[in-house]
Parts: sequence; C-alpha cells; structure tokens
Amino acid sequence: MTKQTVLNKAHRALNARMVDFGGWDMPVNYGSQIEEHHAVRNDCGMFDVSHMCAVDVTGADAKTFLLRLIANNVDKLKVPGKALYSAMLNEAGGVVDDLIVYYLTDTHYRVVINAGTADKDLAWMDQLLGQWQLDVSVIPLREGPKAVAMIAVQGPQAKAKVWQVLPEVKAATENLAPFFGTQIGQFFIATTGYTGEDGFEIALPAAKAEDFWNALIAAGVRPCGLGARDTLRLEAGMNLYGQDMDETVSPLDAGLAWTVDLKSERDFVGKAALLANGQKAQFLGLKLLDKGVLRAHQKVVTSQGEGEITSGTFSPTLEQSIALARLPLGVALGDTVQVDIRGKLLNAQVVKPVFARHGKALA
Amino acid sequence: MSNVPADLKYTKSHEWVRLEGDGSVTVGITDHAQEALGDLVFIELPEVGKTLAAGQEAAVVESVKAAADVYAPIAGSVTAVNEAVVDAPETLNQDAYAAWLFKLQPANAGDLGALLDAAAYGAVADSE
Repeated sequence: MTKQTVLNKAHRALNARMVDFGGWDMPVNYGSQIEEHHAVRNDCGMFDVSHMCAVDVTGADAKTFLLRLIANNVDKLKVPGKALYSAMLNEAGGVVDDLIVYYLTDTHYRVVINAGTADKDLAWMDQLLGQWQLDVSVIPLREGPKAVAMIAVQGPQAKAKVWQVLPEVKAATENLAPFFGTQIGQFFIATTGYTGEDGFEIALPAAKAEDFWNALIAAGVRPCGLGARDTLRLEAGMNLYGQDMDETVSPLDAGLAWTVDLKSERDFVGKAALLANGQKAQFLGLKLLDKGVLRAHQKVVTSQGEGEITSGTFSPTLEQSIALARLPLGVALGDTVQVDIRGKLLNAQVVKPVFARHGKALA
Repeated sequence: MSNVPADLKYTKSHEWVRLEGDGSVTVGITDHAQEALGDLVFIELPEVGKTLAAGQEAAVVESVKAAADVYAPIAGSVTAVNEAVVDAPETLNQDAYAAWLFKLQPANAGDLGALLDAAAYGAVADSE
C-alpha cells in the first residue's frame, strides 16, 4: 500500500500521471514533463513535496546532537532561520541521507529528510541518541495536529505569485536572503529549492494544503510533477539521494565535499572514515556530443580508467543529453570521454556539474 | 483513456501493427505507450534490410524519463524506417498512430493472426 500526501486527490483531479516514488503515490507529470520544466525555468511552477519528512529536533542538547550527527557544521548557523545543507553519514563514511537543517533557536532545529529514507533516518537518529544519552526530542511532523504539508513554488515569478495568494507574508519574506526560513503564522516559508531557480519552499498545516494549492493554481502557478523536478535538479547540478550517492558512497566522491566540515576539531559520525579514506573519485558533469540519452549506471570510459553515470537525462533547457557522473581522479574539465550506451561508445564532454540556473544554460 | 484504433493489431509489449496492401506491415508504439513514457526525445531505428525474429529488439524510444525497447511484433525483414520521427520525436507524442517507426516484410503472413485485436489490447493497457 503506497502512502499518499494530503494533496493526492488534488493531483488526481488534475489528471496527473501517478507513480510509486519511495513508497509514495506521487505525480510524475500532469501531461508534459518538458512543459512543466520550462514553466519553472521561465515563469513559475509548484511541486507537492509533502512526501519529504519535516522533523523537529528540540531540547537542551539539540545543537550538540546535530554537531555530532551530520557532516556539515551547525555551528555555522548564527542567525535564526538560516538553513544548512548536509549529509548524514554512517560510521563507514557512507551517506545515510542528505538533508536541510534550519536553525530556529539553540534548542530548536527543523530538519527536512528524504521520503524514501525517512524511517531509516529516524531509526538511525534514535539509535545514536540512545548511545549518546542526550536531552533531545526528534519529532517527525507527519501525523496528528502538527502534521505539515510542503509545497515548493519555484521560478522567476514564484515569489510574486506566492505574495499574490498570501499578501500577509510579503513584508517578512521580501528581503529574506537565500537559504533562510521564517515562520509567519501557520506558514513556514523558506528560500530553498531544488531547481536552480528563485522561489519558496512552504510548509503549512496539512489541513490547509489543498486550499493553498488551489489558490496557487488560480494565481497561475503550474503544477509540476517529480519528472520535471528531476530534470530541473539535474540541470542545476543538485544530487539526488539513492542515485548520486547512498550508504556505499563517500560524500567526497559524490561532489559533496563542500558540505563536509573536516576543518574544525568537531567529531561527527563518519569523520574518521572520511579522513582515513580520502577522496577516491570526482563528481563531474557530462554533455553528450553524439545523439542519444545518457542514463544512470552507464559506463564511462576515460584515459584515467572507468567511471559511471549516476544521473542522466535529456536536458530540456540545453536540448541535449546531460549527466552527473563519478569519474576517476585525473579526468579534467573539457576532456572527451566515451559512454557505453547499449554497447556503442558515444562521445561526451566533461563539464562542471552545473548546466542551468536562473533560466539560463550555463554549460 | 488511451486511443486504440479498431483497424490495427497489437502486441502485449505495446506495439501497433498495420497490414498494408502490398503485404508488408507498418509498426509503431501505441498511444498508451507514448503516454506512459512521457515526452519523447530520442528514437533509434533499425537498419533497412535487417532480419528480425519475433520479439527481437528492433528500435529504442527514449523519453526524458526512460528508455524503452520496441520489439519486432512478428518475424520479418526491415523494408523502411521513418527518419522523420528521428528528427522530431515529439510527433510520436502528438499522434502515435501517424508516427510509425519501421516497416517489415513478414517471414510468414500467417503470423499476424497471433497478434492482439483492439479489444484484447485495450484490456492489456487498462490493466496497467
């Protein structure tokens, strides 16, 4: 039995094509994935991301807990509302999940974890809390009166559309810097996203979600499915858990070194393994020069040895196939490599793993 | 509901087949298949002259989301391919029954009888 978000009926009313995503019955598109993709790059689109799990981490030891739990350093968070992207590792240095943590107070953080990994993540946090004997509560905001729904409104017109529907939040969010969140009445509004475009991610009481969703549609915001979300994040060079990294992959080999704090004295789960193993591969972009479509798990042949595509698709913005790939150290930007597509070796160029942001092609 | 024209034959793997006046058959993918795949962006066709066994991989259609094999519905040799869809894969989303992929000269004309009719294929598509 797949799980449903509170917007499930709304998706079906819009004739969405539904798929099982990490155990959740979610819309993959509402007709055309490519049109939805362009709507976000050029205008405004929205995604139901209520399958992701918001978790409140509270208590006297909340900060101590997160300092030890995740690879990025929550001590960087000094201003209430500031958000931080991080990996949560196992002792072997593999990625248990990637997450965003919002700093609200020293005794209250909001953490958003992935849908398919939520149960595993919560069990892992519980296990560590038991070992460490800290005064912390980890409360998923999934059920009961605290249950939240999450809607990501993204694109150059996203903020204007949200203010049209919620004029009362405009003053407090107009000057909100990137990667911040703020609670305004029943809405938690954050300047985060997974598309490379401007916009908000909004958490609100689950019971209010359908009315808000419909008000956004009336304001001209296009509903977009997980298909467009995937091509948008891939163009923006953002990792997808389970595809670009998992428990067997070091964040250093998955392009996430920038999120791992190895400089401070602070110890965290997986740090010793990362220091012992170092970086073994590099995470780069590929643009296919020949005709075809790059896909996850295709083999990449380079002068430095073999690599593997972790995410690949046809880029609607570049109108050519692009990929994120784990390649041997020594491969350089600009190199031409070969990708094995159904037994044929096709040429691809190695590029920075960012293809498009703010409506424009970069690579 | 997807469109299933009554005058065509079908396979369980979502190909449609039309018998032409000259005894050849034209092959494409069904409306149900294009809808399931989503926006198509790349199509690879077989070489003209290639001999295919029934069920053998003949072509590849790729959407933004996924790649799918297209199989030979019956044994035969490829007599023509539709290069126009290679240049404009989206035409397959617009009309799956106009945007054919390849034509086969059947090894045995009688093999067509084993294919599904529209009612039987409609039931297959609905069950997915």
